[in-house]
Amino acid sequence: MTTGTVPQHISKQYDNELENIRERVLAMGGLVEEQMVNALRALTESEVELAGKVIESEPKVNAYEVSIDEDCTTILARRQPAAGDLRLVMAVIKTITDLERIGDEAEKIAKMSIDMIEKHGPKTYYVSINSMGNHARRMVHGALDAFARMDTKAALQVASEEPKSDAMYVAILRQLITYMMEDPRNITATIDAVWTARALERIADHARNICEYVIYFVEGKDVRHISIEQMEKELSGIIDE
Amino acid sequence: MKGPEEEIVKNDTPTHAMDLGAVVKGTPEYNLEDEDICLSVNNFNLYYGDKQALNNISLKIPEKRVMAFIGPSGCGKSTLLRCFNRMNDLIDSVRIGGEIKLYDQDIYEKSINVAELRRRVGMVFQKPNPFPKSIYENVAYGLRIQGVKSRRALDAVVEKSLRGAALWDEVADRLHDNAMGLSGGQQQRLVIARAIAIEPEVLLLDEPASALDPISTLKIEELIYELKSEYTIVIVTHNMQQAARVSDYTAYMYMGKLIEYSDTNTLFTKPKQKMTEDYITGRYG
Repeated sequence: MTTGTVPQHISKQYDNELENIRERVLAMGGLVEEQMVNALRALTESEVELAGKVIESEPKVNAYEVSIDEDCTTILARRQPAAGDLRLVMAVIKTITDLERIGDEAEKIAKMSIDMIEKHGPKTYYVSINSMGNHARRMVHGALDAFARMDTKAALQVASEEPKSDAMYVAILRQLITYMMEDPRNITATIDAVWTARALERIADHARNICEYVIYFVEGKDVRHISIEQMEKELSGIIDE
Repeated sequence: MKGPEEEIVKNDTPTHAMDLGAVVKGTPEYNLEDEDICLSVNNFNLYYGDKQALNNISLKIPEKRVMAFIGPSGCGKSTLLRCFNRMNDLIDSVRIGGEIKLYDQDIYEKSINVAELRRRVGMVFQKPNPFPKSIYENVAYGLRIQGVKSRRALDAVVEKSLRGAALWDEVADRLHDNAMGLSGGQQQRLVIARAIAIEPEVLLLDEPASALDPISTLKIEELIYELKSEYTIVIVTHNMQQAARVSDYTAYMYMGKLIEYSDTNTLFTKPKQKMTEDYITGRYG
């Protein structure tokens, strides 16, 4: 299956149904990405309204998940999709679960940002949290982009960014431990920062998962639970072209 | 948190995961290389007059499995199926080339007894075709022409075959009623009982359920599943979902050529050929 050359089904309605779930996954992804951006800004710039906006949009993300799930069930029941169509539906069902979790993590960050504004802890570590946040956001954006374009190469590229977020998390943790040791009064506020970094690390994991579903959808290859090097090896014949 | 220790574990995962894969495996996986081969087709060609209907077909059909042929009308799948018990001999204009082997025997060799071949390779057609006789006589027919006279032997075979075709419970109390009085689905199972009464090795099914209602269709499909423990089954069907449901291996044919042949799970989830993909996803046309 190659990008842009998929011919249409004999049933136009079926085409529309598949296109419809694809579009709505991207809409849901856009919303989740916006939640992330807002949650990060709420945290680093202490904007309580933005945090409120993130929390408010959470039900909408949930509604997207439920509704797209329902549509996938209907397509499975009524169309019995096969091959690429089946893999699309499977990838969509999984992707929306990860997107919803990213939304949850963004909501957590938003809630903590409200907490942290009230607690007046040290702000110096915001720089590193912000750069980790941007990294995670770029991954989510890249994963959705790869999904939209059915692009294996892009998906692999984004997935290979994920170990970096693990390393960033470890570095931030060290930094935060130093703050706590310096002055135990910082502990409450700093623990919130630890949770935030943790949430960002999880978001990067979810973004990588989405990339793996894209690869499954486009190539029919299951690349879950293997290292990036092994993923590259699995796909070497495809991405070198 | 993922520390360096965890990273090491992660790199080990594949071998580990493969072993676990065997442990947690759900549905059985089929691999043609591990199978005993029942029918092998080698560079087979068939012409109706000047028109070539089968173009250089080569494939192996494994023993005691269900193998399905799918493809659009006129792709040659029924023609190929009929070659397996030489039904095409009856058409004058047919010429063939290449070979088809049933185990080690070339079935187009001169020395082959075609009647014996057709005993070993039974066939069931799209439209149920019971004889206008009693249910009992339909099933016993093959044995009678083989010269079996013992009432007890016939009774035993009739019961065994009707049970094998999942029809016994429905007809046990009216074995001597005319078979024409059965429903279409029952007639089709009766025809299958008649085919298995003479203990064939291979059963060829040409669209066996396309004239039946959904419930009868499911009964036939269930029957196919049960029969594969004793027979090699080759089925031709227009209904792709049916092929996906009943078969272990599937071949996609188009314009007299074999386009793709693999285990059914692979063919319906990640076909290699774009033509196969387009056909099974409904993009053909």
